[in-house]
Amino acid sequence: MPTLEIRDLHVSVETKEGPKPILRGVDLTIASGETHAIMGPNGSGKSTLASALAGHPKYTVTSGTATLDGEDLLAMSVDERARAGLFLAMQYPVEVSGVSVANFLRTAKTAISGEAPALRTWGKEVRGAMENLRMDPAFAERSVNEGFSGGEKKRHEILQMELFKPRFAILDETDSGLDVDALRVVSEGVNRAKEETDIGILLITHYTRILRYIKPDFVHVFVDGKIAEEGGSELADRLEEEGYDKYLGANKSVSA
Amino acid sequence: MSAETQAPEQRSDDEIIASIGSYEYGWHDSDAAGMSAQRGLSEEVVRNISALKSEPEWMLNQRLKALRLFGKKPMPSWGSDLSGIHFDKIKYFVRSTEKQATSWEDLPDDIKNTYDKLGIPEAEKQRLVAGVAAQYESEVVYHQIREDLEEQGVIFVDTDTGLRDYPELFQEYFGTVIPAGDNKFSALNSAVWSGGSFVYVPPGVHVEIPLQAYFRINTENMGQFERTLIIADEGSYVHYVEGCTAPIYTSDSLHSAVVEIIVKKNARVRYTTIQNWSNNVYNLVTKRATAAEGAQMEWVDGNIGSKVTMKYPAIYLLGEHARGETLSIAFAGEGQHQDAGAKMVHAAPNTSSSIVSKSVARGGGRTSYRGLVQVLEGASHSASNVLCDALLVDQISRSDTYPYVDVREDDVSMGHEATVSRVSEDQLFYLMSRGMEETEAMAMIVRGFVEPIARELPMEYALELNRLIELQMEGSVG
Repeated sequence: MPTLEIRDLHVSVETKEGPKPILRGVDLTIASGETHAIMGPNGSGKSTLASALAGHPKYTVTSGTATLDGEDLLAMSVDERARAGLFLAMQYPVEVSGVSVANFLRTAKTAISGEAPALRTWGKEVRGAMENLRMDPAFAERSVNEGFSGGEKKRHEILQMELFKPRFAILDETDSGLDVDALRVVSEGVNRAKEETDIGILLITHYTRILRYIKPDFVHVFVDGKIAEEGGSELADRLEEEGYDKYLGANKSVSA
Repeated sequence: MSAETQAPEQRSDDEIIASIGSYEYGWHDSDAAGMSAQRGLSEEVVRNISALKSEPEWMLNQRLKALRLFGKKPMPSWGSDLSGIHFDKIKYFVRSTEKQATSWEDLPDDIKNTYDKLGIPEAEKQRLVAGVAAQYESEVVYHQIREDLEEQGVIFVDTDTGLRDYPELFQEYFGTVIPAGDNKFSALNSAVWSGGSFVYVPPGVHVEIPLQAYFRINTENMGQFERTLIIADEGSYVHYVEGCTAPIYTSDSLHSAVVEIIVKKNARVRYTTIQNWSNNVYNLVTKRATAAEGAQMEWVDGNIGSKVTMKYPAIYLLGEHARGETLSIAFAGEGQHQDAGAKMVHAAPNTSSSIVSKSVARGGGRTSYRGLVQVLEGASHSASNVLCDALLVDQISRSDTYPYVDVREDDVSMGHEATVSRVSEDQLFYLMSRGMEETEAMAMIVRGFVEPIARELPMEYALELNRLIELQMEGSVG
């Protein structure tokens, strides 16, 4: 079974003062079909893990490994990782002015699958996926992320996940800034992908709210650049009641 | 333009990749004519050109007067570095064939091959254009216009023929929009001009699909000095499109055209240029239009090739409610300086103008926007809006903005907005995380950036532009 395997991962971020260590030995294994939630306070390094796995140039892996189905993920360029089946739903998707959503989706799909999607079925597929996410068809003609509301950006990320059919998806605080309705629509999208494919999901979140809609198989509490505690979905329930204070008390170095 | 772009869907990825990284129009034909052509400029050269064309006395006199002005005018001290131009090394007139053809079969083989490679017969065959003129070296070698337009009285000939066959119309307008002494290069052009297009559209006639001209320099150190004169009579409409290419030589060539356009009452003219000269051409062009009452003039100006371009298409808004618009787009790669912009002169009340300029610099190239908006006394209730955006693809390229505004009237509305942006790491990361290779991601960002102008281009030129962006971006990724 395909797995995304992370072993003793150490990552630094480039800052003006030089490289600053953020991840301090992360171990995590995600198998196809599983949903893992990473929860933790702000500044604990959750998003760094997401960006580093996708290959953002600002982050440097100083030691450790990450493999996708046995292949060395860290040796791949950003686009190679995407073509190998990794998808990152970003917390802050960037604007690409003058490029329509329709053009962007088709180009990306072509790049990922190595061939242009069949015109007849592709249009239908895009329209259907947009409808499921309650997106207006006119959306396809807008410039990528330009003038999108927070909710529209997140729907657009999930739309891509549904259309590109990755093997593993990292959802980086997809729930942040969403109202209840948008949260439900986006969660339904994730659940559809789970039903229709054997996707493995790494769901990064600060709040437990989204876990009411997307049931995690495993929950990992992330503190100060590594996993502090692991458990099933019951761990999320406990976090909702107790918050992160318990972990923060033990780690005064965490910055807000 | 290449034959491939006429049918882009037939081009495989492999073919596109194979074509990447080279200037596609850089071949040159044997140039027996160019080899023997004389270098340098003198009264004798000017008299020879005029005599070869059997011109009337008044034109010879105008040429000689322009030559004297050229000698007196200083080189521009602003803009680009022009120290590489050596006027005594340039070949001012090269005749490639004795007579003009009206069918492709009649063209000499080497010239025919050139235009076949550029895809021009295809465009004509597919009726994408209403008329075609092809200029090779100094003269127009092929010419054709659709019969129905001819019957409506539309004139579309090369400028030499225009002078010969329509002397009254010609003399009435020639040199009235851009006098010889306007600047050093308009003086030079007025002295040695040859070829170009002469267009007249009668009152009320709408030419629905574009008239098309192709300019090609083949000879090394050639100077091409075409002269275009367009007169759109009252209530008429015409769209004129020109494309330019040249071979790659080790030493430089000069292209110095003059384009004069008269847009009469309630008429509309659009003039589209896609300049893709090779990177050894100095492209110093004077373009100016006058717009009468209710008239509309639009320059769509694409500068992709050349070593140096200095070009600021101008519109003189002379009648009330006249409108002027310039859309310009420039790419500067390694060793290139695109100094381009626009000039709008509001000389009547209720006139309006709009300038939209987009530039992309990469590989140490340099783009400059240089614009002038003038509102003369009495041009009340005029409105002007300027928008210039520059995109830098890397850290070593440069972009400057020189916007000049001169307003002599109180009651006017002026807008100006300028931005310089860089392709950001996050943008590239976003697109690459969606499977696109770096070059493809870069090209997508640049294409998006120029999209507001690309969509104004005729379809085959928009496709060509997209392909050129891909070529340009190929060299930009380390």
